[in-house]
Amino acid sequence: MVAHRRPVASGMTDTAAASPIPQRRAGAQAWWNAVNAWLLLLPAAVLLVAFTHYPILATIRHSLFITKRNGTEVFIGLDSYQGMAADPIFWKALINNFWFALGTIPTSIALALVMAIWVNRNMRGRGFLRLAYFTPTVLPMIAVANIWLFFYTPDYGLLDQLRGVFGLGGWNWLGDPSTVMGCLIVMVIWKEAGFFMIFYLAALQQLSPDLDEAAAIEGASRWYTFRRITFPLLMPTTLFVAINAVINSFKLVDHLVIMTKGGPNNASTLLLYYIYEVAFTFQDSSYAATLTVVLLLLLSAVALVKFGYLDRRIHYQ
Amino acid sequence: MSVITLSRVSKFWGAMRAVDDVSLTADEGSLLVLLGPSGCGKSTTLRLIAGLEEADAGTISLGGADVTHLTPAQRKISMVFQSYALFPHLSVAENIVFGLRVRRVSRAERDARLKRVADIVGLSHLLERKPSQLSGGQRQRVALGRAIIAEARICLMDEPLSNLDAKLRHEMRTEIRALQQRLGMTMIYVTHDQTEAMTMADRVVLMRDGRIEQSGSPEELYNHPATAFTARFIGTPPMNLLRQDDRLIGVRPEHVQIVAGGDHAARVKAVEHLGADSIVLCEIYGQPISVRLEGFSKVQPGEDVRIAWDAAREHHFDSKSEVRLDDIANEDRLAASSQ
Ligand SMILES: Nc1ncnc2c1ncn2[C@@H]1O[C@H](COP(=O)(O)OP(=O)(O)OP(=O)(O)O)[C@@H](O)[C@H]1O
Ligand SMILES: [Mg+2]
Repeated sequence: MVAHRRPVASGMTDTAAASPIPQRRAGAQAWWNAVNAWLLLLPAAVLLVAFTHYPILATIRHSLFITKRNGTEVFIGLDSYQGMAADPIFWKALINNFWFALGTIPTSIALALVMAIWVNRNMRGRGFLRLAYFTPTVLPMIAVANIWLFFYTPDYGLLDQLRGVFGLGGWNWLGDPSTVMGCLIVMVIWKEAGFFMIFYLAALQQLSPDLDEAAAIEGASRWYTFRRITFPLLMPTTLFVAINAVINSFKLVDHLVIMTKGGPNNASTLLLYYIYEVAFTFQDSSYAATLTVVLLLLLSAVALVKFGYLDRRIHYQ
Repeated sequence: MSVITLSRVSKFWGAMRAVDDVSLTADEGSLLVLLGPSGCGKSTTLRLIAGLEEADAGTISLGGADVTHLTPAQRKISMVFQSYALFPHLSVAENIVFGLRVRRVSRAERDARLKRVADIVGLSHLLERKPSQLSGGQRQRVALGRAIIAEARICLMDEPLSNLDAKLRHEMRTEIRALQQRLGMTMIYVTHDQTEAMTMADRVVLMRDGRIEQSGSPEELYNHPATAFTARFIGTPPMNLLRQDDRLIGVRPEHVQIVAGGDHAARVKAVEHLGADSIVLCEIYGQPISVRLEGFSKVQPGEDVRIAWDAAREHHFDSKSEVRLDDIANEDRLAASSQ
C-alpha cells in the first residue's frame, strides 16, 4: 500500500503516471462492491441468524443441559437422548407421525393433481369450483377443527347420523384408538388437497397446449400423454408440494389441541404435539429441546434428499 | 389426383367468422401454401384439417375418405407447430420417435427409422441433447424430424420458419421444399410471408378475413392478380396502384422505368439500395409509386424525373370492389354483385 501511494500522489500532477490510478480505483471499487454486497445482505442475514441459526444452536446446546429449579444449568451430556430412546411415548409419537405422513402425503398429492386437471378444463362454473376446492385452506384452522369435531361427534355427529340411516349404532370416532388416526388423516387430506391443487393448477396453466395437441396428432391417448408428458413436466411442482406435505405432517399441532389432545392413550400424539406437551405441560424444556433436535434432523434429511438427489433428476424449465 | 379436399368449410368463434365457406383442394405430392395477413384464418384452417378444431359447417376429406368428424390421430397426418411443440423433458431422439413409441413400433425398427430421419434432417450428432440445448434452427429440424418419421402422406406446417433469422429461413425453406419433393408428401404450409409462398408453393391460396381471395400457381397470382388485395399482397415491393377515376391502375415496380422524355413527371422521395437493384420511391399526381431499377441507382431524393411504363403491363381494377376488370369472368361477377 505504501509503495503504491507515491506514484498516485505524483500522478495527480503528472499526466505520465496514469496507469496506477485506474489500478487503485479498481481496488477501491472491488472493496466498495464487497461492502455494498454485505450491507445489502445484512437485513436478511440478521433475520436468518436471529430467528433460524441461533435458535437451532441454542436448542442443541439446551438439549445437553438440564435447568435446576434455581435456574442454574447443569451439563448432562447425552443423558436426555438416552432418556428419549427409552421413552415409549416418544417412539409412539414417531411411529404415529410416520403413519400419519404415509396416510396423508400420497393421497393428498394425488387428489390435488386429479382435481387440478379436472378444473383446468374448459367448463362452466370453473371459477366457482376452483374456489370451492380452495376454501379449506382459507378457513381458520380452529374453525376447521370444530367443523370436523362435529362430524365425528358420537351419536349426533354427521357420521353417526349417517350410520343411523343404515341402522348402525353410534361410534366414538375420536375416542377410539383404532379410528382416531384415520379421522385425523381424512381431515388433513381434505384440508391440504385443495391447497396443493392451486400449485398444480398454476403449473398446468404454464404448460403449452401445443404439447397436448402435438401428442394427440401422434396418436397418444390422454392417459399416455399424461404419463409421458404432463406428469414429468409437473415433477418440479410435485416435488415442491411433496416437501411441503412432509413438513406439514410434522408441523401439525393445532388440530390435535382442539380435537384429541393426543389421546386416547397417545394414539394420536404426533411429534410436534409431544414436544409441545413436554415443554408447556410438563415444563421440561431440556427434554423438549432434545425432541426438537430429532425433529430438526428429520426435516434436514428431507431437505438433503431434495437438494442432493431429486433436483438433479427433475427437468426444470 | 387430390388428396386434401375442403368443401364449404366454416368455423365461427361466436360472431367472428374465422373461416368462412372455404373450399380448396391439394393434389397428391404437391405443396399448397395458405397465405394471408395476420388473423385471416390460416391457422384455423390448418387446425381444421388436422382435426384440432371441429368444423361448424362443410366437409373435409383426406385421401378420398371423409374425416370431418375423426380425431387428429385417426386422420394419419403429421404436423409442425409454429412453436415447434417439442417435449422439453425428452431428448431429441425421444422427441422424434415419440409417435413410433405411441404406436408400439418395435425397437429395432424405431432405431433404424430414427437413424434415417436424423440423417435427413442433419441431427445425428445431437440426438442426446434436450430441446433447450439447441438453436432455433436445430429445434426446427427436430420438429421436422418428428413430422416425417411417421411417414404420413400429409404434412401440415404452421409458420414453421417464423422464429428463425433471415438467412436460416432461406436455407430451411429450400430444405423443406426439397424434402417434400423427395418424400413425395402432400404438404399444406401456412405463412404470412409472400416470399416463402412464391418460392415454395405449387399452389398458393391467398386468404383474407376467413375467405379465399384467390388461389392459383405463384405465377398466376403474380401476373394475374384477381383483386387489388392480391396485387398489393404479392411481390416486394407490392404492385403500384394508381387511382384514376373509378378504377385502379396497377403496375409492377419492375415494369416502370425512369427515362428521359417519359410520359409522367415524378419527384423522387427516397431511394433504397438492395444491392442487385434499387427501389426508387416516387410521387406522381400526388400518389406514391415505386420503381425498381437494376444496379446501384444514382438518382437523388428530391430530383425531378420522368417515368414511363408499357400499357400492356397495366392491370385494371374496379376502385370500389377492387375486382380485376380486363377479365371477362370478373366483369360478369362484378355485374352480378352490383345487382
Ligand atoms: N380459440 C379462439 N377463440 C376465439 N377466436 C379465435 C380463436 N382462435 C382464433 N381466433 C380468431 O380467429 C381469427 C383467425 O385466427 P387464426 O389464428 O386462424 O389467424 P392466422 O391467419 O393464423 O393469423 P397469424 O398469421 O397471426 O397466425 C382471428 O381473428 C382470431 O382472433
Ligand atoms: Mg397463425
